[in-house]
Amino acid sequence: MTAATAGVAGPPRRSFWRRSVNSRTAYMFLAPALLVMVVITFYPLAFQVWMSFTDYGLKNLKPTAPPPNYVGFNNYIRILNSDIVIPNFDFLRILVFNLFWAFTNVVIHVILGVAIALLLNVKGLKGRSVYRAIYILPVVIPPIIVATVWRNMFDPQYGAINQLINSTVGVLFKLPPAGIEWLTKPDPIINLYPLVLPLAYFALLAANTWLGWPLNSVVATGALQSIPGDLYEAAEMDGAGAWMKFKVVTLPHLRPAMLPYAIYGFVITFNLFYLSYFMSGGGPFGQTELLVTTAYRLVNEQHLFGVAASFAIFQFFILLALTLITNKLAKTTASYDA
Amino acid sequence: MTTPNVAIARPVAGAEAKTKRRPKGHLSLRRQIVLQVLCILIAITVLFPIAWIVSMSLDTTNARPTGLNLIPNSPSLEAYKTVLARPTQNDVSFVELALNSMFLAVVIATLSVAIGVLAAYAFSRMKFRGREFLMIAILAVLMLPAIATLAPLYVMLNKVVIAGFNLRNSLPGVALAVLAGQLPFAIWNMKGYLDTIPRELEEAATVDGAGRVQTFVRIILPLSTPVIAVTAFFGFIAGWTEFYFSSIFLDNYKNWTLAVALNGMVGQYSGSTPWSSFAAFSILVALPVSVVYLFLQRYIISGLTVGGVKG
Repeated sequence: MTAATAGVAGPPRRSFWRRSVNSRTAYMFLAPALLVMVVITFYPLAFQVWMSFTDYGLKNLKPTAPPPNYVGFNNYIRILNSDIVIPNFDFLRILVFNLFWAFTNVVIHVILGVAIALLLNVKGLKGRSVYRAIYILPVVIPPIIVATVWRNMFDPQYGAINQLINSTVGVLFKLPPAGIEWLTKPDPIINLYPLVLPLAYFALLAANTWLGWPLNSVVATGALQSIPGDLYEAAEMDGAGAWMKFKVVTLPHLRPAMLPYAIYGFVITFNLFYLSYFMSGGGPFGQTELLVTTAYRLVNEQHLFGVAASFAIFQFFILLALTLITNKLAKTTASYDA
Repeated sequence: MTTPNVAIARPVAGAEAKTKRRPKGHLSLRRQIVLQVLCILIAITVLFPIAWIVSMSLDTTNARPTGLNLIPNSPSLEAYKTVLARPTQNDVSFVELALNSMFLAVVIATLSVAIGVLAAYAFSRMKFRGREFLMIAILAVLMLPAIATLAPLYVMLNKVVIAGFNLRNSLPGVALAVLAGQLPFAIWNMKGYLDTIPRELEEAATVDGAGRVQTFVRIILPLSTPVIAVTAFFGFIAGWTEFYFSSIFLDNYKNWTLAVALNGMVGQYSGSTPWSSFAAFSILVALPVSVVYLFLQRYIISGLTVGGVKG
């Protein structure tokens, strides 16, 4: 992403004076951004580190209140031991679920996205532009609306999903009305602690699949269309079948476009607040809670500012680790570069 | 911090523009039919939730949909009238809520672009001490979700009280908090685009005696209109649909945003709200940004498709 660095080299051998003038101009351009970021980003982040070692709570909010007590690593230990007053808080389970959630989503999004892009790329397919126009719709709807609408779709009594089941499968097999409690069914489908997957996870997955694949499809389409047609012809002349052509020509060209986007999607999905918060409310029993929704609850419901601060620092290191791992993964698996 | 669904737009090197039209192949009728069925099935899954919510917003015969009904009986705009007048139990109209959201949207869009484009230009074109360090600092912040600074921002903004006005409990305070997340994204997004503008143009201007500021204003700004539009639009969406800061910071319902009101209409709270109102409200919130998104789509997406390949 740092294509810029190559371009910034000015003419060689500049005097120190010229250089510092250049620096001064640069900082003139940067000043507003730096000022704003120091005040509302970097200082709060530093302040947060201090807060994380205190028992900062509701009592310390008043201007006249005494400063919070220093508690050392107590907040961090409490989080790791899941010793927090949030109901059903289990740090390890939340972290594992969060990772699993992001990973499964991205895999499904990428596979579906590529498959549908391939489908729309078939030569001679009629109505292609109409389908493209329809398939982009989930992308343009604000995620918060997607989340709230899908919440109501999964309502056991009035939701469209159960009603759809009733009016199709239910009618066909003369079943009693299905009152599937998609988002609240208490016993998990898969219970391999620390990985616990309730039915709500699958409902969230369905909603996020609806939301997520179209953009992947767009990215894949762009990559597909940049593949020179003669490559396929050459492969054909070498006697390659459809599968071989896909493996040898299509896949290597898709990879450099899809991989950065998949990594990006992973981080976005990892931090996706809206679906978990609005659809399942983190339930049942906190099993679909993510790190971001937990962080929100710590401040909003519990006013545990100190604990929330240490929680955010955990989040920071987890994301840092994820970024480093995914970047490394991307580099080591890079078999092809455009 | 929060980054919207898509990023980066670059000049019209878009998919469509580049497409080499391959000679139209001939599909056998059977294959064509199979593929059409597949495409239509996918289209149905995409359209189903949209059709459902639209139909529900027009159907006011029931407070709750008792059966699946994608074509409303006796459609009316009653639900829209209701939510426009008074969307929640509180004594506040849709327009008042929308103005609050609009305030956030406009402030965040304007500030993130105005401040961001200057920084983006410096990062893209200038060599200066601390450049690498600052870029890494911004990238690190970009990685964090907006929520990561919720606790310190709450505490800090809460300390700013001027004559009874508490910055935390106000829309400008929320705007600041959202801006903290939006600015790094704006800088990064616009820097990526500026990197693709050929330097020769500026060099020519420099030869003609133009200074940095002049080249920036006369050459860079006009050329980066697409990315400025897209970045401003993402700032706008961030403000228009803002939920977490406004729901935590704002005590007075008069200051509430659309998203906070929406929270009170969904799921467990929806007992008191007819679903047609919820549906109409959702559509009213989504429609403005969705329509603009559709128009800007070309710019937003063209960057994505080439961005990855360029790496």
